Amino acid sequence: MTVRRLAITARYLSREECEAIAKRALSFAGADETRVLVSSTSIANTRFAVNQISTGGDSFDGVVTVISKFGKRSGSSSTNRLDDDGIRAAVQMSERVAKLSPDDPESMPELPAQTYQPGVNWSDATASQDPATRALAVKRIADPAKTAGLVSTGFMEAITSAQAIANNKGLFAYNRSTSSVLTTTVRTPDGTGSGWAGATHHDWTRIDPATLGVRATQKARTSINPVAVEPGRYTVVFEPTAVGNLVQFIARSLNARSADEGRSFFSMPGGKNKIGEKVIDERVTIVSDPFDADVAGSPFSGDGSPTRRVVWIENGIVKNLDYDRYWAQKQGRSPTGAGGSIRMTGGTASLDDLIKSTQRGLLVTRFWYLRPVDQRTILYTGLTRDGTYLIENGKVTKPVKNLRFNDSPVFMLNNLEAMGVPERVSASEGGDPGQAIMVPPLKVRDFNFTSLSDAV
Amino acid sequence: MAGIAAYLPTGRNATDALVAPSSSPYSAIIAGEPNVKELAMLALDTAKSAGADYADVRFVRNRNQNVSTREQRVSGVADNETYGFGIRTLVSGAWGFSASRDLTRDEVSRVAKQAVAQARANRSALVKPVVLAPSPAVNGTWNSPIEIDPFGVAIEDKVALLLAANQAALAVKGARFVNSSMFFLREEKTFASTDGSFTVQVIFRTSPAMTITATGNADFATRETVDIAPRGLGYEHVRDSNLVANAPKWADEAVQKLTAKSVDVGRYDLVLHPSHLWLTIHESVAHPTELDRAMGYEANYAGTSFVAPPEKVLGTLKYGSELMNIRGDRTQPGSLSACGWDDEGVKPEEFDIIKKGIFVDYHTTREQAPWLDWYYKKLGKPTRSHGCSYAQTWAAVQFQRMPNVSLLPGDKDLGWDDLIAATDKGIAIIGDGSFSIDQQRYNAQFGGQVFYEIKGGKIVGMLKDVAYQMKTPEFWASLDMVGGQKSYFLGGAFGDAKGQPVQVNAVSHGSPVTRFKNVNVINTGRTA
Repeated sequence: MTVRRLAITARYLSREECEAIAKRALSFAGADETRVLVSSTSIANTRFAVNQISTGGDSFDGVVTVISKFGKRSGSSSTNRLDDDGIRAAVQMSERVAKLSPDDPESMPELPAQTYQPGVNWSDATASQDPATRALAVKRIADPAKTAGLVSTGFMEAITSAQAIANNKGLFAYNRSTSSVLTTTVRTPDGTGSGWAGATHHDWTRIDPATLGVRATQKARTSINPVAVEPGRYTVVFEPTAVGNLVQFIARSLNARSADEGRSFFSMPGGKNKIGEKVIDERVTIVSDPFDADVAGSPFSGDGSPTRRVVWIENGIVKNLDYDRYWAQKQGRSPTGAGGSIRMTGGTASLDDLIKSTQRGLLVTRFWYLRPVDQRTILYTGLTRDGTYLIENGKVTKPVKNLRFNDSPVFMLNNLEAMGVPERVSASEGGDPGQAIMVPPLKVRDFNFTSLSDAV
Repeated sequence: MAGIAAYLPTGRNATDALVAPSSSPYSAIIAGEPNVKELAMLALDTAKSAGADYADVRFVRNRNQNVSTREQRVSGVADNETYGFGIRTLVSGAWGFSASRDLTRDEVSRVAKQAVAQARANRSALVKPVVLAPSPAVNGTWNSPIEIDPFGVAIEDKVALLLAANQAALAVKGARFVNSSMFFLREEKTFASTDGSFTVQVIFRTSPAMTITATGNADFATRETVDIAPRGLGYEHVRDSNLVANAPKWADEAVQKLTAKSVDVGRYDLVLHPSHLWLTIHESVAHPTELDRAMGYEANYAGTSFVAPPEKVLGTLKYGSELMNIRGDRTQPGSLSACGWDDEGVKPEEFDIIKKGIFVDYHTTREQAPWLDWYYKKLGKPTRSHGCSYAQTWAAVQFQRMPNVSLLPGDKDLGWDDLIAATDKGIAIIGDGSFSIDQQRYNAQFGGQVFYEIKGGKIVGMLKDVAYQMKTPEFWASLDMVGGQKSYFLGGAFGDAKGQPVQVNAVSHGSPVTRFKNVNVINTGRTA
């Protein structure tokens, strides 16, 4: 018997629905300026553990956020009650909060109508992913793992959402988007070996569950009974995920105000910042581009500003820091209008090429429990996980015990030996789609490992 | 009464708290909406009719308010509300879940059927069907024991207090930036299950906080007020935190950090304040004793546990010194985990996790308790959940989350000064700072807020760039002094992350002052 199944798109609010909600909210408003954000999201996911699905489900939510301003006083309120009573209550609460608040000297006027490029981060396949599709994807990982006598665990998620912004100055922005992710950890039953693989993209058809399963399985098998190496400074070949884990912290430190105020790595003495200064290896360029289909993002930011391609670091030199509208005006610059993605330049080498060129070093799959230690140098600590190996004479020779490091992505990108071909990575520790990041594998010298861990 | 609650000052236990104080303006709004019970019954009936062997439903209305300032300006005031429901179903031993914001009869029916459909899809390749431990049907209401409803306090008063605290901090020479905030949550939760339970709870959480930054000599240092822990209390927690009076002290500590001596690496005895140790307990004791981690269910994110497999560690694993007594609870008044019933209708119980240094039990839910049936039978105990089920919102499925996990005070009436006086070469640490631990919870590194060098039983000055690295069992084996109940303090945080998609849990950890011998200290200072 053939079962005919029509793809059902996950729920989200259409442009027309968002416009109608925003119009109603603005009609209830009595403030000098009002901004309305309408957000709707369907989240569908499936978890698996010990080779079977452990939980899975879906949720749908829609939220209206109202920002009200009386002169320089502002307030905000949000609700997920989208009927007239709910929206009116949110407007009233927002205006009440604004009236009670003191003047904000940094308040900026609402933007007039803007022109936006269309977003490129939507996929019909992701929006129509159903529980059976996810169950099948899980089987493509769990069945081979079970047959091989291994234990697979993982997570798969599809998010379908729409964001809209409107204000009483005539601005209206709308974008619908999708994101998806699949990550898996395969372990040996005795817990002596563990391997991970993951991928994320707004288009779920770009993720191949079976390939990820094979990669995680291979790492689980080859990581059994790791040997201890002395903590210290090592030449390290980082897989792209590990690079993404660390490079995202540079992107998070790009705030111009913190730099100008003397409390950031990008600060210079005398209230200056490092724009124009060389901070990392000249082979490295880091860019955000919301319209790059590989790392797509939203065409607008939360205040309705259009987003654009921004070059943060070009050939090692800081070209831009992130200025919001207030700080840009105060410092006589343009607001940056950055999207949230990261794309880092790379080279032409494969991961194997990087390994082959290494006399003695370590190969790192990914990092875990990354936490800031010193903001002055973007110094972080964390541990390797799910596939850490010794490289000797150009070959991966044995698994090594996991190591804790204390080092900075800035130091790492100053100690660069070679770069490979960039690829999209799932760099979020939690396995959510996270920030869109495309980075190369790297070979780096003198990376600082400070202790060993017995954890597998 | 046995248990941690007995060590604490006056507070009401779960039974006392069934009725809201008459002075409080809040009420259980959901309970006042007659259609919620009707919708709950519709959800359960529809799930049953669609084939669910078991179903539960949570209707949750969550209101939060955030007031934030920096220096002498308000950087944000927001008041948010979200309301929705989530239905969980069990079909032939497989879970399904679906949730929505739309509280209509049609949507409740659709979501109930969808949750059953999810469970059916999830039966694919079922290896080990879920079996729930028995739990008696419960009915009732429970409220956090608050004195002052934070949503009844005018925003102007909140802003004025924060700006006054900022001003007090900035009056200290060298203090250049200050951020301060207050966060309040009120969560009204109605739970119903096909086992016949129906409960209504109103839970409050309150967190005042400041971050003060001092600058000088092309350098900067910050002091975060992590020693004011978030609590399951009302506005009285803000009042009792004395932000304005304490701000100069915190600002002064930020300034002192700029010129503090950079620590010499080596081994030191550590005298740890509970405002610091709570996080070490959280990471190195509470997480590894979660049963789902030990069984491999969290391997893809939060990790597994060195406290595994259960049959090789329960009742035998030497976790730490004999002074180490760790207990789980959801009853300490004002604690973040406190509740009347967990998110599957189980009344939580206090339970020992580590007794005299030996590991004796995991945190459990109804799904998990049967996994330890063999152990509870051996002990002559009933197989029941400890009441550790929790979901962060209506939109998320409930699963095992840690309760409050606390180190019990010792018999002797020792305090902070006594431990310092007894220490020859050491470092005293106040407040939590940077933290990181591996996925099986062996190897950890912790910083702090303020560090003092101890020589010959006295504090001789402030240190900076301090972090200690530890291996969990070695560290806890080195615990050689614990303070008395007067030194007991409840730390905690809102942001305990676990699960996929990641859910955050709010949890408290109590501890007396403590001393650990001969711990490895590193220097984290580098120059760019």
